[in-house]
Amino acid sequence: MERSEAELIAAVLKGDRASFEPLVAKYSPRVFATARRYARRESEIEDICQEVWLKAFDKLKSFRGEAPFEHWLMRLAVRTCYDFLRGHQRNRESSFSEISEPEEDWLDRFVVDPGSAAEDAEAAKLLIDRVLEKLSPAARLVIQLLEIEDRSVKEIAEITGWSVPLVKVRAFRARGEMRKILSRLTQDKYL
Amino acid sequence: MNLAELQKKLLAAARSNPPDEHVPYAFEKRITAIIAARSAADHWVAWTRGWWRAAASCVAVAVACGVFSLFTPVTTDNSNDLSQDFENTLLASVDQPDVAP
Repeated sequence: MERSEAELIAAVLKGDRASFEPLVAKYSPRVFATARRYARRESEIEDICQEVWLKAFDKLKSFRGEAPFEHWLMRLAVRTCYDFLRGHQRNRESSFSEISEPEEDWLDRFVVDPGSAAEDAEAAKLLIDRVLEKLSPAARLVIQLLEIEDRSVKEIAEITGWSVPLVKVRAFRARGEMRKILSRLTQDKYL
Repeated sequence: MNLAELQKKLLAAARSNPPDEHVPYAFEKRITAIIAARSAADHWVAWTRGWWRAAASCVAVAVACGVFSLFTPVTTDNSNDLSQDFENTLLASVDQPDVAP
């Protein structure tokens, strides 16, 4: 018979390490999807996910079962991704000279007629990834959670551990930072 | 160029492309193996840490005894010296002068 999540967690806390495996198998897809939002290379994504699960194992005692395990785990995952961003800020200062031909085409189409540049195009996805990479870690986290995942300010405060006013301030700054990066992108290309 | 519109378009592009949920083969086995290996290593770490703590305690006791003996005033009066009395009693038979029969 399949054991419930609470039973598995209780067993792990009693020292049965094997009971942790079904939890890893069940929630890894979500953890990987979260990590892929913040890292590009597959090796980095695997490292992040591994760290998330090792942290989860070490901190399992602090899980009190008031909220679903998934929420607790995703909070841990987002915080680990944020730590990763803070440790890997190498690409932020580079210029946009290396954008690919499809990305340039997409931008050209947008300049001529904004309506004709499709949002679901692969080039648009590459371009937004490039822009997000240039944001500061805090700005990227806020843009990702607020604008892309469509989470509320309160939810973001819970996930990140920041206060609600701080999330609002960081969201305001993040939008400004993004606008600046986009203006640099268009200057590099069209001026 | 309308930057606000571009920003909106790009964010919409990000929203319309949710990330892949693919998990590498046997990832959960890898995590369990790492946890098992780590806790085996933890036993050795605990033992080593215990030995170092014991060694540190022994050194602390030795230093405390040394300091105590260094600062304890030495009595010049030998009448109260228990160790000297003990030694004299023990070696009394040896110390006796040979008496010619």
